[in-house]
Amino acid sequence: MKFGILVNEGPYQHQASDSAYQFVVAALAKGHEIYRVFFYNDGVNNANRLVEPPQDDRNITQQWSKLAADHGIDLVVCVAAALRRGIKEEILAPGFRISGLGQLVEAGIKADRLVVFGD
Amino acid sequence: MSGMEENEGGTDKVKRFMFLNRKAPYGTIYALESLEVVLIGAAFDQNVSMVFVDDGVYQLKKGQQTKDIGQKNFSPTYRALEDYDIEKLYVEQESLEARGLTADDLLVPVEVLPSAALGALMEEQDVVLSF
Repeated sequence: MKFGILVNEGPYQHQASDSAYQFVVAALAKGHEIYRVFFYNDGVNNANRLVEPPQDDRNITQQWSKLAADHGIDLVVCVAAALRRGIKEEILAPGFRISGLGQLVEAGIKADRLVVFGD
Repeated sequence: MSGMEENEGGTDKVKRFMFLNRKAPYGTIYALESLEVVLIGAAFDQNVSMVFVDDGVYQLKKGQQTKDIGQKNFSPTYRALEDYDIEKLYVEQESLEARGLTADDLLVPVEVLPSAALGALMEEQDVVLSF
Protein backbone atom coordinates (compact mmCIF):
# COMPACT_ATOMS: atom_id res chain seq x y z
CA MET A 1 0.00 0.00 0.00
CA LYS A 2 1.07 3.56 -0.67
CA PHE A 3 0.89 5.79 2.42
CA GLY A 4 0.88 9.55 2.81
CA ILE A 5 1.78 10.82 6.28
CA LEU A 6 0.83 14.11 7.92
CA VAL A 7 2.72 15.24 11.04
CA ASN A 8 1.00 18.11 12.85
CA GLU A 9 3.02 18.43 16.04
CA GLY A 10 6.58 19.41 16.81
CA PRO A 11 9.21 17.12 18.33
CA TYR A 12 9.28 16.15 22.04
CA GLN A 13 6.25 18.16 23.26
CA HIS A 14 3.94 15.64 21.61
CA GLN A 15 4.47 11.99 20.69
CA ALA A 16 2.97 12.57 17.22
CA SER A 17 6.30 12.82 15.39
CA ASP A 18 7.71 9.73 17.17
CA SER A 19 4.58 7.76 16.35
CA ALA A 20 4.68 8.88 12.72
CA TYR A 21 8.34 7.87 12.49
CA GLN A 22 7.66 4.46 14.04
CA PHE A 23 4.70 3.97 11.72
CA VAL A 24 6.84 4.76 8.67
CA VAL A 25 9.62 2.38 9.80
CA ALA A 26 7.07 -0.40 10.40
CA ALA A 27 5.32 0.23 7.08
CA LEU A 28 8.61 0.09 5.16
CA ALA A 29 9.56 -3.12 6.96
CA LYS A 30 6.30 -4.66 5.70
CA GLY A 31 7.12 -3.62 2.14
CA HIS A 32 4.74 -0.68 1.91
CA GLU A 33 5.57 2.52 0.09
CA ILE A 34 5.68 5.97 1.69
CA TYR A 35 4.58 8.51 -0.90
CA ARG A 36 5.45 11.53 1.23
CA VAL A 37 5.66 12.80 4.80
CA PHE A 38 4.18 16.28 5.12
CA PHE A 39 4.94 18.49 8.13
CA TYR A 40 2.31 21.06 9.09
CA ASN A 41 1.26 23.16 12.10
CA ASP A 42 4.04 22.93 14.72
CA GLY A 43 5.14 19.79 12.86
CA VAL A 44 7.42 22.03 10.79
CA ASN A 45 9.71 22.22 13.83
CA ASN A 46 10.74 18.62 13.17
CA ALA A 47 12.83 19.95 10.29
CA ASN A 48 14.97 22.24 12.46
CA ARG A 49 18.56 21.02 12.26
CA LEU A 50 19.47 23.13 15.31
CA VAL A 51 17.59 20.89 17.74
CA GLU A 52 19.95 19.39 20.29
CA PRO A 53 18.34 16.99 22.76
CA PRO A 54 20.32 15.51 25.71
CA GLN A 55 22.71 12.78 24.58
CA ASP A 56 20.71 9.94 26.11
CA ASP A 57 17.59 10.93 24.20
CA ARG A 58 16.61 10.29 20.59
CA ASN A 59 17.25 13.04 18.06
CA ILE A 60 13.91 13.15 16.28
CA THR A 61 15.09 15.43 13.47
CA GLN A 62 18.12 13.25 12.75
CA GLN A 63 15.92 10.15 12.75
CA TRP A 64 13.80 11.68 9.98
CA SER A 65 16.90 12.77 8.05
CA LYS A 66 18.37 9.27 8.23
CA LEU A 67 15.10 7.77 7.06
CA ALA A 68 15.10 10.11 4.07
CA ALA A 69 18.70 9.19 3.26
CA ASP A 70 18.23 5.43 3.67
CA HIS A 71 14.87 5.08 1.92
CA GLY A 72 14.53 8.18 -0.24
CA ILE A 73 11.47 9.35 1.68
CA ASP A 74 10.11 12.73 0.57
CA LEU A 75 9.97 14.98 3.66
CA VAL A 76 8.04 18.16 2.88
CA VAL A 77 7.63 21.14 5.19
CA CYS A 78 4.76 23.58 4.58
CA VAL A 79 6.19 26.95 3.60
CA ALA A 80 3.49 29.10 5.20
CA ALA A 81 3.54 27.21 8.49
CA ALA A 82 7.37 27.17 8.43
CA LEU A 83 7.82 30.90 7.86
CA ARG A 84 5.38 31.63 10.68
CA ARG A 85 7.67 29.66 12.99
CA GLY A 86 11.06 30.79 11.68
CA ILE A 87 11.85 27.53 9.90
CA LYS A 88 13.82 28.55 6.84
CA GLU A 89 16.03 26.94 4.23
CA GLU A 90 19.21 27.81 6.19
CA ILE A 91 18.21 25.75 9.24
CA LEU A 92 16.61 22.86 7.38
CA ALA A 93 17.97 19.43 8.31
CA PRO A 94 19.16 17.12 5.47
CA GLY A 95 16.41 15.35 3.57
CA PHE A 96 13.73 17.97 4.23
CA ARG A 97 12.44 20.39 1.62
CA ILE A 98 10.10 23.37 1.88
CA SER A 99 7.07 23.51 -0.40
CA GLY A 100 3.40 24.44 -0.49
CA LEU A 101 0.23 22.99 0.98
CA GLY A 102 -0.58 21.66 -2.47
CA GLN A 103 1.91 18.89 -1.69
CA LEU A 104 -0.30 17.75 1.19
CA VAL A 105 -3.46 17.67 -0.91
CA GLU A 106 -1.55 15.89 -3.65
CA ALA A 107 -0.40 13.26 -1.14
CA GLY A 108 -4.06 12.75 -0.22
CA ILE A 109 -4.90 12.24 -3.88
CA LYS A 110 -1.96 10.01 -4.83
CA ALA A 111 -1.63 7.83 -1.73
CA ASP A 112 -3.96 4.95 -0.93
CA ARG A 113 -4.19 6.16 2.66
CA LEU A 114 -3.27 9.43 4.33
CA VAL A 115 -2.51 8.93 8.01
CA VAL A 116 -2.59 11.96 10.31
CA PHE A 117 -0.40 12.20 13.42
CA GLY A 118 -1.37 15.07 15.68
CA ASP A 119 -2.71 16.09 19.07
CA MET B 1 2.84 25.32 -5.45
CA SER B 2 4.41 22.72 -7.71
CA GLY B 3 2.06 20.00 -6.50
CA MET B 4 -0.89 21.82 -8.00
CA GLU B 5 0.64 21.96 -11.43
CA GLU B 6 1.51 18.29 -11.27
CA ASN B 7 -2.11 17.42 -10.69
CA GLU B 8 -3.58 19.63 -13.37
CA GLY B 9 -4.71 17.62 -16.32
CA GLY B 10 -4.04 14.42 -14.37
CA THR B 11 -6.34 11.44 -14.56
CA ASP B 12 -6.67 10.73 -10.83
CA LYS B 13 -10.18 10.09 -9.70
CA VAL B 14 -11.82 12.76 -7.58
CA LYS B 15 -11.47 11.84 -3.93
CA ARG B 16 -13.66 12.64 -0.96
CA PHE B 17 -11.72 14.87 1.44
CA MET B 18 -13.13 15.59 4.87
CA PHE B 19 -11.65 18.30 7.07
CA LEU B 20 -12.46 17.53 10.68
CA ASN B 21 -12.25 20.64 12.88
CA ARG B 22 -12.17 19.95 16.59
CA LYS B 23 -10.65 23.03 18.23
CA ALA B 24 -11.87 26.51 19.21
CA PRO B 25 -10.99 29.23 16.68
CA TYR B 26 -8.55 30.99 18.99
CA GLY B 27 -6.30 29.60 21.71
CA THR B 28 -4.51 27.40 19.20
CA ILE B 29 -3.75 27.84 15.50
CA TYR B 30 -5.42 24.61 14.33
CA ALA B 31 -8.62 26.27 13.06
CA LEU B 32 -6.80 28.91 11.03
CA GLU B 33 -4.27 26.51 9.54
CA SER B 34 -6.99 23.98 8.74
CA LEU B 35 -8.82 26.68 6.81
CA GLU B 36 -5.63 27.43 4.89
CA VAL B 37 -5.45 23.80 3.72
CA VAL B 38 -9.11 23.86 2.75
CA LEU B 39 -8.64 26.98 0.60
CA ILE B 40 -5.54 25.59 -1.14
CA GLY B 41 -7.22 22.22 -1.53
CA ALA B 42 -10.16 23.83 -3.32
CA ALA B 43 -7.92 24.39 -6.35
CA PHE B 44 -7.58 20.61 -6.77
CA ASP B 45 -11.27 20.11 -7.59
CA GLN B 46 -11.80 17.35 -5.08
CA ASN B 47 -15.02 16.50 -3.26
CA VAL B 48 -14.49 18.49 -0.06
CA SER B 49 -16.53 18.59 3.12
CA MET B 50 -15.90 20.24 6.46
CA VAL B 51 -17.04 18.92 9.81
CA PHE B 52 -17.14 20.83 13.07
CA VAL B 53 -17.17 18.89 16.33
CA ASP B 54 -16.32 19.54 19.99
CA ASP B 55 -15.07 23.13 20.49
CA GLY B 56 -14.64 23.23 16.70
CA VAL B 57 -18.29 24.35 16.50
CA TYR B 58 -17.18 27.71 17.91
CA GLN B 59 -15.25 28.33 14.67
CA LEU B 60 -18.59 29.07 13.01
CA LYS B 61 -20.07 31.19 15.83
CA LYS B 62 -21.55 34.50 14.76
CA GLY B 63 -20.26 37.75 16.22
CA GLN B 64 -16.61 36.88 16.83
CA GLN B 65 -14.64 39.88 18.15
CA THR B 66 -10.91 39.40 18.41
CA LYS B 67 -9.58 42.93 18.73
CA ASP B 68 -8.84 42.62 22.43
CA ILE B 69 -6.76 39.45 21.99
CA GLY B 70 -4.72 41.05 19.21
CA GLN B 71 -5.59 38.41 16.65
CA LYS B 72 -7.19 38.57 13.25
CA ASN B 73 -10.85 37.63 13.09
CA PHE B 74 -10.75 35.10 10.27
CA SER B 75 -14.36 33.95 10.68
CA PRO B 76 -15.62 35.91 7.61
CA THR B 77 -13.57 33.43 5.55
CA TYR B 78 -16.11 30.70 6.33
CA ARG B 79 -18.70 32.77 4.50
CA ALA B 80 -16.44 32.88 1.44
CA LEU B 81 -16.14 29.07 1.24
CA GLU B 82 -19.16 28.99 -1.07
CA ASP B 83 -17.12 30.90 -3.67
CA TYR B 84 -14.59 28.06 -3.55
CA ASP B 85 -17.38 25.54 -4.17
CA ILE B 86 -17.07 24.21 -0.66
CA GLU B 87 -20.68 23.85 0.35
CA LYS B 88 -20.77 20.72 2.44
CA LEU B 89 -20.50 21.92 6.03
CA TYR B 90 -21.56 19.55 8.79
CA VAL B 91 -21.86 20.31 12.48
CA GLU B 92 -22.23 17.68 15.16
CA GLN B 93 -25.55 18.03 16.96
CA GLU B 94 -24.24 16.81 20.33
CA SER B 95 -21.39 19.34 20.29
CA LEU B 96 -23.79 22.21 19.55
CA GLU B 97 -26.23 21.14 22.25
CA ALA B 98 -23.53 20.66 24.87
CA ARG B 99 -22.54 24.30 24.31
CA GLY B 100 -26.08 25.71 24.30
CA LEU B 101 -25.88 26.59 20.60
CA THR B 102 -28.20 26.06 17.65
CA ALA B 103 -27.69 26.39 13.91
CA ASP B 104 -29.08 29.96 14.22
CA ASP B 105 -25.93 30.95 16.14
CA LEU B 106 -23.71 30.06 13.20
CA LEU B 107 -22.29 32.28 10.44
CA VAL B 108 -23.16 30.02 7.54
CA PRO B 109 -25.84 27.49 6.64
CA VAL B 110 -24.80 24.05 7.85
CA GLU B 111 -26.23 20.58 8.10
CA VAL B 112 -26.56 19.52 11.73
CA LEU B 113 -26.04 15.78 12.13
CA PRO B 114 -25.97 13.47 15.13
CA SER B 115 -22.67 11.80 15.95
CA ALA B 116 -23.66 8.42 14.47
CA ALA B 117 -24.59 9.98 11.12
CA LEU B 118 -21.28 11.83 11.04
CA GLY B 119 -19.50 8.57 11.73
CA ALA B 120 -21.23 7.01 8.73
CA LEU B 121 -20.25 10.00 6.60
CA MET B 122 -16.65 9.69 7.76
CA GLU B 123 -16.68 6.04 6.74
CA GLU B 124 -17.44 7.09 3.15
CA GLN B 125 -14.40 9.39 2.86
CA ASP B 126 -11.13 8.68 1.07
CA VAL B 127 -9.15 11.17 3.15
CA VAL B 128 -9.92 12.56 6.60
CA LEU B 129 -7.72 15.43 7.78
CA SER B 130 -8.15 16.10 11.46
CA PHE B 131 -7.23 19.43 13.03
